[in-house]
Amino acid sequence: MALSEFPRLGFDPFAELRRMQSEMNRLFGGFTAATARDFPPVNLWLGENSVVVTAELPGVTCDDVNLSLQDDVLSLTGKREPKTQQENVAWQRRERAYGSFSRAIQLPFRIDPEKVQARFNNGILEIEMERLEADRPKKIEIRGA
Amino acid sequence: MAQEVETIQQQRMPSATEAGQRMPSRPVFLPPADIYETDNSIVVMAEMPGVPPDGVEITLERRVLTIRGRSATNEHAGYQRVCNEYADGDYERVFTLSENIDRDRIEATLKDGILHLTLPKAEAARARKIELKAS
Repeated sequence: MALSEFPRLGFDPFAELRRMQSEMNRLFGGFTAATARDFPPVNLWLGENSVVVTAELPGVTCDDVNLSLQDDVLSLTGKREPKTQQENVAWQRRERAYGSFSRAIQLPFRIDPEKVQARFNNGILEIEMERLEADRPKKIEIRGA
Repeated sequence: MAQEVETIQQQRMPSATEAGQRMPSRPVFLPPADIYETDNSIVVMAEMPGVPPDGVEITLERRVLTIRGRSATNEHAGYQRVCNEYADGDYERVFTLSENIDRDRIEATLKDGILHLTLPKAEAARARKIELKAS
């Protein structure tokens, strides 16, 4: 309120608007943070002619994930199943999510499908991909006149 | 029963006193956990993606179970991070167990980023069937 130019007039026409705005921010502030998370969360690393995608997939094995590549879109689909060995157990806490998941990641360039490596490491899937040879930028020589 | 001891909210930054012990500016996460109880044991499964087997620390003091995990730093030399949806960090969670645990037979395994803990109940704490005597 101190920033307002109106206090010398004795009233502030924007005070009500600002109050409403902060009220709205408070109402919806927690909302977006809770729902905006896609599964699995993905990090993207960009090299000169290659790209690395890492995804947090705890409890998922190689057999549970399907990777497919079309031009520059990497699709990641799979399913997480609860693994309980015994029946008749009393659940104290179930916080882990199960079910199928699917994500498509747009990559910055087209990928050579022959040069893709994917590996699992402690619940993190790492996919290394190389840029298509024909798609790489070419250096153009400038000839002197 | 396993009651959670609230040490952290969803995520926190290490405080100044801790920063001396840990690597600075690493976030600490609350790992999601499934806990179930059978007649003989309590089983805890906690999600800790990115934590190598030697980065896990489990302590049981009286009935307070503390799980800690340090994820390996995920750096790629020569690469630039362009999209960041998850961060490397540490995992920490504390539970208070309502049963006495046989500490000599605790089993812990780490597979695919999931910590699997089997805590067998102590002999005295196990449920016993009580026979009715005919009067």
